Amino acid sequence: MSELIFEKSRSGRRAFAQAPSEAAAPAIPKRFLRTDTPRLPEASELQVVRHFTRLSQKNFSIDTQFYPLGSCTMKYNPRACNALALLPEFAGRHPLGPVSHGQGFLTCMYELQEMLKDVTGMQGVSLTPMAGAQGELAGVAMIKAYHEARGDHDRNEIIVPDAAHGTNPATANMCGCIVKEIPTGPDGDIDIAALKAVLGPGTAGIMLTNPSTLGVFERHIKDVADMVHDAGGLLYYDGANLNAILGKVRPGDMDFDVIHMNLHKTFSTPHGGGGPGSGAVGVNKRLLPFMPIPVVGKSDVDGETVYSWLAEKDFPQSIGRLSGFMGNAGVLLRAYVYMRMVGRTGMQRIAEYATLNANYLMARLRDAGFELAYPGRRASHEFIVTLKHEAKSMQLTAMDVAKALLDRNYHAPTTYFPLLVSECLLIEPTETESKETLDGFVAAMIDILRAAKEDGVDYKEAPYKMPVRRLDDVKAARQLDLAYEPD
Amino acid sequence: MPFIPHTEKDTQEMLATIGVDSIEDLFDEIPAKLRIDSLRGVPDAQSEMEISRLMRQRAEMDGSPLCFIGAGAYEHHIPAAVWDIATRGEFYSAYTPYQAEASQGTLQTIYEYQSMITQLTGLDVSNASLYDGASALAEAALMAVRTNRRVKTGLVLLAPGVNPVYEQVAASIAGSQGLTFERLPVDSASGNVAFEQLRDGDDPVAVVVQQPSFPGTLEDVDRLTDWAHAKNAILIGIVNPVSLALLKAPGHWGEQGADIAIGEGQPLGVPMSSGGPYFGFMTCKQIHVRQMPGRIVGRTTDLDGKPGFALTLQAREQHIRRTKATSNICTNQGLMVTAATIYMSLLGLDGIAAVARSSHASTTRLVDGLCGINGVQRLYEGPYFHEAALKLDRPVAPLLAALAERDILGGFDLTGFAGTDALLVCATETKSAADIDAYVSALAEVMA
Repeated sequence: MSELIFEKSRSGRRAFAQAPSEAAAPAIPKRFLRTDTPRLPEASELQVVRHFTRLSQKNFSIDTQFYPLGSCTMKYNPRACNALALLPEFAGRHPLGPVSHGQGFLTCMYELQEMLKDVTGMQGVSLTPMAGAQGELAGVAMIKAYHEARGDHDRNEIIVPDAAHGTNPATANMCGCIVKEIPTGPDGDIDIAALKAVLGPGTAGIMLTNPSTLGVFERHIKDVADMVHDAGGLLYYDGANLNAILGKVRPGDMDFDVIHMNLHKTFSTPHGGGGPGSGAVGVNKRLLPFMPIPVVGKSDVDGETVYSWLAEKDFPQSIGRLSGFMGNAGVLLRAYVYMRMVGRTGMQRIAEYATLNANYLMARLRDAGFELAYPGRRASHEFIVTLKHEAKSMQLTAMDVAKALLDRNYHAPTTYFPLLVSECLLIEPTETESKETLDGFVAAMIDILRAAKEDGVDYKEAPYKMPVRRLDDVKAARQLDLAYEPD
Repeated sequence: MPFIPHTEKDTQEMLATIGVDSIEDLFDEIPAKLRIDSLRGVPDAQSEMEISRLMRQRAEMDGSPLCFIGAGAYEHHIPAAVWDIATRGEFYSAYTPYQAEASQGTLQTIYEYQSMITQLTGLDVSNASLYDGASALAEAALMAVRTNRRVKTGLVLLAPGVNPVYEQVAASIAGSQGLTFERLPVDSASGNVAFEQLRDGDDPVAVVVQQPSFPGTLEDVDRLTDWAHAKNAILIGIVNPVSLALLKAPGHWGEQGADIAIGEGQPLGVPMSSGGPYFGFMTCKQIHVRQMPGRIVGRTTDLDGKPGFALTLQAREQHIRRTKATSNICTNQGLMVTAATIYMSLLGLDGIAAVARSSHASTTRLVDGLCGINGVQRLYEGPYFHEAALKLDRPVAPLLAALAERDILGGFDLTGFAGTDALLVCATETKSAADIDAYVSALAEVMA
């Protein structure tokens, strides 16, 4: 660990260029004022710059390493998206500024809504959800509002496959629904008989990811959609894996009623060390009246096109507001720039090359002796390797391989998710990685396995080359140290 | 193919390895009748130069007006170093620190953030952030219900000065879990809680107060905190982090202090950017930590006994607990928290206090100037921090439109909130005396 910025502090030191010139003491009565002295760093500007620059160097990132984290779509984040979203007029625009001083921004937002409608095949888009999980919340809330509006008050069951992201059941629970989990069949598709068994008059809807978190396309999606609709339920599309199908097949055409997109995955806005996300939702005609507000509308005023906010009075049945203003606007601008740079045919190539990379990597790892969780299936943009045999025969676990990869300068794939495949690595290379990078990763995987097999190397204490060794998670949870206290 | 590296030779070799003839073959599991050929609604690709030209034109349409709006988002000077460092690829393009050993930069930054925000709010523990201030209220209310199991009403009482949008957002997110939100009575002279009208009958699970309030007043937070605790309610404080360099911290309100403090982190080095991305902060007393939503970073040791950082208390979270998680929240607002941590480090307590004092002085000059205009007066008596409500003798919207034509954004139209023609104005340290005087004379002209 680097010294904390607090430990580098010296009483009286400051970044003197940063504070405004001193003003008089405020005319605020004493009883409102603070009398204690909160401990914040006292450091020079260079010390702060050097401290955080050095901290940054202790991270793996897309810009520095291959980052095949399954289900997270860690592709290159183009620099232009960031630079243009931070143009001073955009960065400095107050969220409650009048539309007279926002036509540029609003034009971008309107066009983004239109493009997202097209790539998802939906009839309406609201950009306001601030992350995928919030988009899920919006989606389930809309499904509930739809049933309520029809006087169908007893539909409160949400069906979720066992392969789903944890956010799916957690969201359904937050919306006051009961979660019905259904199993996956041996080939990765939904167990249709199990689905049939849970459908009924209590069914509010089903939450699906397609391609699923198992890295395969749900081949019976049309049957699933018909069954759920026939039972009176609606279909929710978790857009975590939208990158795999851009321009190839659209959730709307698969008969989904509502979808959230992860703009930080598919449309390459930054993951930022864990956020900001951005979870725009798309809906079909049925759910249009319930969309979260605000959304951007376009009208004609004296022959001139004017963009403005549509809110409560335009959407009286809306599920409401989800953010203080209109969601992660700056992220939306980045997504807009990205989509414009990629363009119509580029969208399809994203899906094509993400799929090519995943299938290539899958074939190479299979040929090198790694076991695939679904060997009979095409990979979508990701796939699963299982180490269940290696774990049994030589105690080589998914965790061990993950840590061994770090020492070879690769970020680990997603481990131990989805929960139904034991000792799994969920691997998503994305379309922005070159063949050489993939080959390098395969070589590292082969070497890790070979050393374990032939040389008896175990990786229980790996990694060795990171800034820290394997960390004590149990101690972290038992002896909580969540904020600095000087000795 | 702007960001795809494959040469034709690469593609052919890769297809041969897979054992298919074309990329199209890789999509053969998708039913043919579902497939589409092209996207009509996406325009042709633009080069970086072309899109840069377009975006600069769009940015010019929005301009750079002189802005006196606050109402939950505040214009402060952001040191150049903040975003220079926050957008380094190692921060910008990393993800949630699942692999702790390869994410010590992000983890230590969040730990330092937690250390700073607990100091500012005077509470024990912080999470790694939430989406924004408004959604943080929803999470805090849900957390109060989990924490305060003695009270089963689901009733959350809000002080009259709580931002009305925060209430709307909390109701959208938490409403379906049996929570109801009601307002405490308002004293029309001060805009604050009317203590003499408080009823004894209510049995709230939580009481929420915002300091400074949405219309800019300062509440008697000590008295309200004690009242809430006497009723066995959790006290949630909504605070502006910059104000905390001057104002009493939530952890010190009343006899026992607030239980949970939340707020909008944007003033700490995050650009206004049309409303986001910002971050919501949340701190609480140690005893409530296991009911907190969101990521939390802890300091621990590695195999060599050396200190290091990791995500902790993950058993609260959706990826482990699924249906029983404390929240469905997955990401926090990591990039914004990184910026805020750099901001707080650069300014330190003295710097943030100077920003707070300077903002207060700017707003005082503005309020005094505007109240010199015939037809403008204070709406509420009492002190304010860097935002104040004014009562006008005529409708506000036309005045704001006339000011906007002069490239001045004159404030937030408070008429709907206050029930009378009213304007909420804010001037931070970014406004010079000349800026403020220009606004005052513009409004005088518009109202003449």
